[in-house]
Amino acid sequence: MLKISPSPHIHDNVSAHRLMRDVIIALMPALLVSTYYFGLRILIVTVVSILTCVALEYFLGKYALKSKSTIGDLSAVVTGLILAFNLPPTLPLGMVVLGAVFAIGVVKISFGGLGCNPFNPAIVGRIFLLISFPKEMTTWVKAEGFNTAWSLPADTASLDAVTGATPLGIIKGAMAAGKDLTEVFAQNDFNYLEMLFGKIGGSFGEISIIALLIGFAYMLIRRVISWHMPVYIFATVIVFSGILWFVNPARYSDPLFQLLTGGLMLGSIFMATDYVTSPMTKKGMLIFGVGIGLLTIIIRTWGSYPEGISFAILIMNAFVPLINRYVKPKRFGEVVKNG
Amino acid sequence: MLKTFKLGGIHPADNKMAALMPIEDIAPEGKVQIFVSQHLGAPAEPIVAKGDTVKVGQLIAKSTGFVSANIHSSVSGTIASIDSIPDHLGIRRTAITITVEGDEWLKTIDRSKEIKHNITITPQEIIAKITEAGIVGLGGAAFPTHVKLSVPQGKKAETLLINGAECEPYLTSDYRVMMEYSEELLIGVLILKKALNVPKVYIGIEVNKQDAINKLKGLQSKHQGIEIVPLKMKYPQGGEKQLIKAIINREVPSGSLPIDVGAIVHNVGTAYAVYEAVQKNKPLIENILTITGKNVKEQKNLNVRVGTPLSSVLQKYGGLPKNTGKIILGGPMMGKAISNLDAPTQKSTSAILIMPQLEASRPKPSTCIRCSRCVSVCPMGLEPYLLIRLAERKMYDDLEKNLAHDCIECGCCIYSCPANLSLLDYIRLGKTEVLKIRRSRK
Repeated sequence: MLKISPSPHIHDNVSAHRLMRDVIIALMPALLVSTYYFGLRILIVTVVSILTCVALEYFLGKYALKSKSTIGDLSAVVTGLILAFNLPPTLPLGMVVLGAVFAIGVVKISFGGLGCNPFNPAIVGRIFLLISFPKEMTTWVKAEGFNTAWSLPADTASLDAVTGATPLGIIKGAMAAGKDLTEVFAQNDFNYLEMLFGKIGGSFGEISIIALLIGFAYMLIRRVISWHMPVYIFATVIVFSGILWFVNPARYSDPLFQLLTGGLMLGSIFMATDYVTSPMTKKGMLIFGVGIGLLTIIIRTWGSYPEGISFAILIMNAFVPLINRYVKPKRFGEVVKNG
Repeated sequence: MLKTFKLGGIHPADNKMAALMPIEDIAPEGKVQIFVSQHLGAPAEPIVAKGDTVKVGQLIAKSTGFVSANIHSSVSGTIASIDSIPDHLGIRRTAITITVEGDEWLKTIDRSKEIKHNITITPQEIIAKITEAGIVGLGGAAFPTHVKLSVPQGKKAETLLINGAECEPYLTSDYRVMMEYSEELLIGVLILKKALNVPKVYIGIEVNKQDAINKLKGLQSKHQGIEIVPLKMKYPQGGEKQLIKAIINREVPSGSLPIDVGAIVHNVGTAYAVYEAVQKNKPLIENILTITGKNVKEQKNLNVRVGTPLSSVLQKYGGLPKNTGKIILGGPMMGKAISNLDAPTQKSTSAILIMPQLEASRPKPSTCIRCSRCVSVCPMGLEPYLLIRLAERKMYDDLEKNLAHDCIECGCCIYSCPANLSLLDYIRLGKTEVLKIRRSRK
């Protein structure tokens, strides 16, 4: 029996499953660093988040969407992982489950499942938790050294760690109090080198810049994403916060601090680049990236939350359909260059 | 930096497994079936009748208009019938069936191996000879060559580009021509150059054919005005618009032809056919045919008479491999999957590609994850993900606004879609409709 089909007859064999698997692999270095600093509980939170996401995707897909199971494409695993990365290490497991339910159930499946959701499920899950449980979502342990505790947050004191605000939180507090930031920076003695390796308080997946950059490099090599979006965000953050800092270092943080703290790396590399909720063209990615960079600094500087990238991505997500409609790729033959 | 086109493109494994096999002549036997339409444009009109005897190279169907081409007998023998037979896709078309008797050629055809260098005739005479010989573009589209050489009033040909990119995986016939008929090819190129009266010719060849580049470069000094341009490997570099962009950095605007930017593109195979027609009086009656595929034991490059049934060529080399799943005429990106193996070869048939069962089916489509790969690989700067939606919904105005008619059907979008969506299939439907609407407006 000969098969007949229109051309082309070959495929590069890159499936959604393969792309998502690569994203998962790219997140592994950061997970390892977090486990090293925050203890094995990190793994429990991660597993709970992933399992909830996958189970919900399966059951809602089967009974609500009545479609074929989509858990094989691993996108629910990625959502679960990234959601977990956005949580403080001490968050009670019930809240983790709630966040995952919101991410998959409300943000993803209710819009029609994979490819249909306008907003990034993990980000909305995180923001939902942040608004619902402001205290738990902003209780930080400071990463100190190797930790093997499986303990629950009630025993925070028994952790080989000290609770403490994130660097962004400290700066936010100082700004609100009208302190001179140059003095605050001098007092706190933030060590940028330690930040690079993750010795910093924060949501557990965002702490190690190096680990996240390794993941970025891996995704570039495997052509999972292009460099454009993260680089546009980094550049915008550096330029915009650089201008502010240059004008008045007593009021504004320096660009390197902005780049290394909070979820900026995690957000730019893994969340802004989410296929479904980002623009389709390179020009669109520029608008999207610059928008995220500007909004992040605006929220960090003048907003009421110390952390801005999640909100920035969420706001820009809303512009994606508009961007896709009006920003077209460079067409062949559009600009006639003769010679 | 190697030259290439800028927008989009993909890098499939080239799989040129037949590359090292020299071209073998296949003697005609049994019968041949020659379609009266093997080109874009009006079909030719048969001028022979059942029972007539013909010689190799004799005109058997005459072109019926400007965009049409002569058809010659590829064998000597008796006309057995003139009727409609199913072609490779199963569509019935008029063909002249000839029973092969011996191999007697017309006396006017020079069959010697001697290479004739001097181009003695005028441009008008060259075009007349090419028209007479029924030469069509051998790059795939089979557009009559003399039409391309007749530059319309008010337009000016400035550059001639020869396509030796052969960017489709598996295909090797152009490569074999460049390796084995290098001199003839270059003379053919000079003939085309003279016919068009252009100062400069470029031959673009992808660097996976380095020895072809070296060989032609070695002969370059003997042939004034020809430049060999090595190109980076990238599909679809052999697309006319992409090749022009790659070599002379000009972009053919939407809805325009290469001549609008002063460029004319011909394939290396066509240039060789032009040499044979002009210097040797030989019409286009043979084609270089590659038999290849992953499970094919004997990879072959053959010189086959036009009209030879595909099945008889395959039979000669042990038939089909056991787990054959699909047979493609041409390359895997733009070739056509065929259903009828008894169909004859045509002038522009370049390869029989045999795909194993495992690679015969397209993977099952799932949902679009909006990864934007289709947008970034599209060499025309289109948005396949959008066009498929518009085409599914028959939104032809929007399809036109989004330039669906610019699609060159290269297949890059389907090739790289992780959701295995039938992007190009729907775009083809939409494009056809948009073109119809555009024509009706004129």
